[in-house]
This record gives sequence, structure tokens and C-alpha cells, in this order.
Amino acid sequence: MKAVNRRVSVSGLGSAMGELPSGTGTGTVRKQALLNRTVRYALQAVNYAGLLLLVLVFALPFAWMMSTSLKTLPETMIFPPEWIPRSPVWQNYADAWNTGPFLHYFTNSIIIAAGILILQLATIIPAAYAFARYKFAGSGFLFGIVMVTLMIPAQLIFLPVYLELSAWKLLNTHLGLVLPFASSAFGIFLLRQAFMQVSDELVEAGRLDQASEWKIIVHIMVPLAKPVLVTFMLFSFIAHWNDYFWPLVMTTNETARTLPIGIAKIREVEGVATWNTLMAGNLILVAPILVVFFFSQRQIIRAFVYNGVK
Amino acid sequence: MAKIELKHISKKFKDETIIQDLNLTIKDGSFTVLVGPSGCGKSTTLRMIAGLEKASGGEIWIGGECVNDTAPGLRDVAMVFQNYALYPTMSVRGNIEFGLKNRGVAKSEREALVNDISEIVGLKPHLDKKPQSLSGGQRQRVALARAMVKKPKVFILDEPLSNLDAKLRNQMRTELIQLHRRLGTTFVYVTHDQVEAMSMGDEIVVMNGGVIQQAESPLKLYHDPANLFTAQFIGTPAMNMMNIRDVRGLGLTAGEQVGFVGFRPEQAHIQEAGMIGDGYKLEGEIITRESLGAENIYQIQSRTGIFFVKTFLEPLVEDAQVTVVVPYDQLYYFAPNGERLRGISARAAGGNVT
Repeated sequence: MKAVNRRVSVSGLGSAMGELPSGTGTGTVRKQALLNRTVRYALQAVNYAGLLLLVLVFALPFAWMMSTSLKTLPETMIFPPEWIPRSPVWQNYADAWNTGPFLHYFTNSIIIAAGILILQLATIIPAAYAFARYKFAGSGFLFGIVMVTLMIPAQLIFLPVYLELSAWKLLNTHLGLVLPFASSAFGIFLLRQAFMQVSDELVEAGRLDQASEWKIIVHIMVPLAKPVLVTFMLFSFIAHWNDYFWPLVMTTNETARTLPIGIAKIREVEGVATWNTLMAGNLILVAPILVVFFFSQRQIIRAFVYNGVK
Repeated sequence: MAKIELKHISKKFKDETIIQDLNLTIKDGSFTVLVGPSGCGKSTTLRMIAGLEKASGGEIWIGGECVNDTAPGLRDVAMVFQNYALYPTMSVRGNIEFGLKNRGVAKSEREALVNDISEIVGLKPHLDKKPQSLSGGQRQRVALARAMVKKPKVFILDEPLSNLDAKLRNQMRTELIQLHRRLGTTFVYVTHDQVEAMSMGDEIVVMNGGVIQQAESPLKLYHDPANLFTAQFIGTPAMNMMNIRDVRGLGLTAGEQVGFVGFRPEQAHIQEAGMIGDGYKLEGEIITRESLGAENIYQIQSRTGIFFVKTFLEPLVEDAQVTVVVPYDQLYYFAPNGERLRGISARAAGGNVT
């Protein structure tokens, strides 16, 4: 009772009620508390309803994809649609896998997504460190240029880049698919912010411990920015793993084609859209990403909750 | 072990001059404390010795070597930071041996060194923990161990105790003094706390506004301050200071040069009825009494302003109106510009004390 009283008096009612007979006073207080609690529960319910809606928006298409991937072709067409296939057709996965050289696509996808990631790490970590820790002539201007590149739409530059790479004879090569993404302005920005939060004393302690700048980056900065770095790696990996446009532009034969192109080709195979096989192919496409996410989700959540470095 | 010399050091941040023409010699093996109010340039001086800040002018010599262009890691100095600056992602062991690794010390030797040091500072059971799981005192020890393990010529400590609670601070203070004795290395210590400075340093450098006010042993500093600033900075409560215009009944030789007259709270006596004391007399009303058991501190409102009197092992004075007597030889004289004036003697003038 005491606690309730105190809470009410904070809201300014206390002083007015101090003059009322005590019986009426406590009654009003109780009603007020009850009202507060009801409002709180109602707000919470609305909150959860919103979250649930959000989950459904993202989860339903995914569930639909999974369901379709296990149906027979006629089953995909029936109306009203059914969620649970009568007898799951695992053959769809084998069919999808066999419509083209999928192992080859798969290897290409890994080489390209990993190649991009490695190059990006090699470029963004030193760049972010320099932008976060050094004041050199033109550093603000240079960082401005990096930021501006974030605002240039890809559609604007894909033609010149294509022509350039074609002149270098890089069409249909892995390198041609990797090089345009060798650095990431988004990554530099994200990591710079994380590096800026590391206290100066830590870097100074490192200098006094005779650590080179490189050692400071590797042993002090990067471990502290790990959640941010893992998040970036995941974003980059997913984006380039799923990338359809650039591999489509850059490849005219199977040499460097990636999984998304392969999956898209399933549709063309038999003239009719074989949705079940297509969805099975899509699941093959997202499976590796789900695995990666499963292993890094703790880091990612940390990156968002703590905003990088504590 | 090394002597440190600062020759004509200046430091500017953009257009602002923090330190100008600073000259200081820190003796080999001494425990030198730089003390002063915040913004007095003591930390900047320290960071210039460590090499974390570049001097705008002048030379810094460590152990007979000019280190102006030597990188911090190669100056053979170790630093303990105020917030410890432990590497959060490394274990205690990793923190201690990071410097050794960077120097290319072999693994077996590293292990032996880390073991020895952790034994000394009592961190043996915590070697594989992360700093986050240690208490403040333990973190402090890790920071010390990290510095000690490199066997540096100079230890630099930047307010290392200010993040600890009072009890732990006293304990670490004693431990640091013992550590200095054992290692015999030059210690340079920065603090804004004059109690810390007095209790730890064998040489104290009082700084204000980027200028060294006085560099002396603690007792010399206390008994023989060179100027008004030092006199008021050292001692708790600070030295009482009166403008000469407010002083009545004091006959001074060369009195015309004097701007201020001061006395230490612990040198003044509260005169009891019937007691005859010789010295400068002040009358006033006791406003507050603080008793710490062994010592009592009185805040007294007199005609010239508020001053303090400190007594030891005496019963608390209950009277409201008191007369305070300061022996003539315990009066300090300062010129209007704050310089200490020596060789002035005083006697009662006219006898009418007001």
C-alpha cells in the first residue's frame, strides 16, 4: 500500500489527496492503481500483437516456400491452397539439384561470396581504423567521398563497370564477379563508428606495449568490434550469395555462374513453371545462409543491443 | 633506472599554450609526484614523458638519451592509466604478456616472468580470467603487473588510485610505496590529491597554470612554501590567508612589502581563560566544529573573514566566542604577487588587538 501511495504522489495527486479523509483516499488510490495496471497490460498486448504481425509477415512466405517445395506439381495449383502436402515429395530437391550443374554453381557461389568478403575485410578494416583514429589532411573530405558512394545507385554505374571489366577480359570469370565489390562504404562507416568508441587509453596502452599499428588493429580493435564485424560479414555474405543481377550481367556461360542464376533457370527448363522444384531450389539456396546465421546470431544480437563496443 | 630531464618544454594545443618553458629534473630512482589542480598541465607533462603527446618545443631526456623522436614503446617507460586501460578481450595473462610478446620475448621466458609478477601482485588464481570479472583493486593490480613485467626504466602513473574506494586507495598507496622501494625504479606519479602526493612522494612538483610552482620534498614543501599557491595547495585545511589591510596589531619589519599574511590551521591555538600566549591574536566566533576523534577542526568567523583552526588530542572547545593565538614565528608572509617573503619578524604593535 505504501508503495502505491508513493507512486501516486509522484504523479502529483498526493498533495491534493492529503486533505481527504483517509478512507476515500485509499479507495481512489486503489482504483487509480488498477487503472494503471490495465493500461499497462493493454499496451503490452498491442505491442505483442504488432510483433506477432511482423513475424507473420516474414515467416509466412518462408513457410509457404517450404510447403510448396514438398508438394506435387498439381498440388501447387489447387484452390483453396493447402498448407500441408498430402505426402511430402523429397524428389523435388533431387530434381532441382539435377536441372543443372548445381555443385558447380554452389562452388562458384562460395568462391565469389567468400572472395568478396575477404577482399572487403582487407580493405575496410585499415580504412575504418585510419578514419577513426587519425587526423590527416583531407581525412574529412575523403570520408565524405566514401559516404557519397553510398548514395550512388548501382543502376547508374553498372554499365561503365561492365564495359571496363569487359575491356579487361573479365567477363565469365570469378574475378569479374568479385572485383566490383572489393570494398564497402557501408562497412567502412559501420566499423569506423565501432572503432571510434574504443577508448584512446587502450590504443595508448598498446603503443606503450610496443605494439605496431597493425598489432593494435588485430589484437585490440578488431576483437572489440567483433559483433559489428560479424554483422557486417553476414550482411555482405547474404547480399552477394543472393545477388542475381550482377552475375546475370557478367556471365554468358556456366564458368562463373552462381546459384541464384541456376535456380532462376529451373523455371525455364520445362516451359511451365514447376513451382515445387523451384521452391526446392530456393531452399537449397538459403540453407547455407541459415546455417551461417545460426552460428552468428548471438554476435549479431550483441551488435544491435550494445551498439558495438561497451 | 633513469633520470628524466625536461628542458625548455612547451606544449600548445592549436592556439592555446598549455605549458611554456618548463624545466624539470626528476632524479634517478625517485618517487616524484606531479600535483596540481585540474588543467594545470601535469597530465600533459606526464604524457609527453611517455611519448603519447609530442612536445611543441624543448627536449626530453630519459637516462641520458634525448627521446624526442623515440616512439612510446621504445622509451622503456611503462604507464598505469587512471582507468587501467586493460585490454578487455584478453585474459589477465594476455594483458600482462602483450608487451613481452611485442618485444619478441620467447614463450618459456614469458611464462616465467608472468608467473613471477602475478605471484608478487597476488593475481596467480586469476590469470585466465577476463578483466571484466575482476574487482577494481584486482584490475589495478593487473595494470601494475602489466607495467612491472616489462622491467621499465621509468614508471608513469596517471592518477591510478582515483577509481578506487577510500579504503582500497589507502591500501594501494602503501603497496605502491613498498613497490617503489623494492624496484628502486624512477616513479613519476600524477595526482590532484595533495594527501596522496604528500604521503607517497619523496619529491613533489606543484604545478599551476602550466608553470612549476615548487619542486621539493614533502616536508620542505609544507614547512617552507615558496609562494602563496603552494602554501594554500598543500595541507588540509589549507593555510589561512589574510590580506595585510585586514591585519591589525601586528608590527612587521619591512612591512610595506607584505601583501598577505598566512598561518597553518594546526599552528594556531584556541586560547583558554587564564592562558597567556605570545603571538598574533585573532578573535572570532566558532561556526562549525568537526571532530574526527583525534583531531578537531574549527571553522571560525572573524572580523577579517573565515579561517580554520585544527587541534590534536584536545577536548572540543564549546565556547562560542574565542581568541586564537598564532605564534609569531609561525606566520608566513607573501608579497602582493604571491611570492614568499622571508626574514620578516613580527611583534605586537600597540597592544590593541581587535
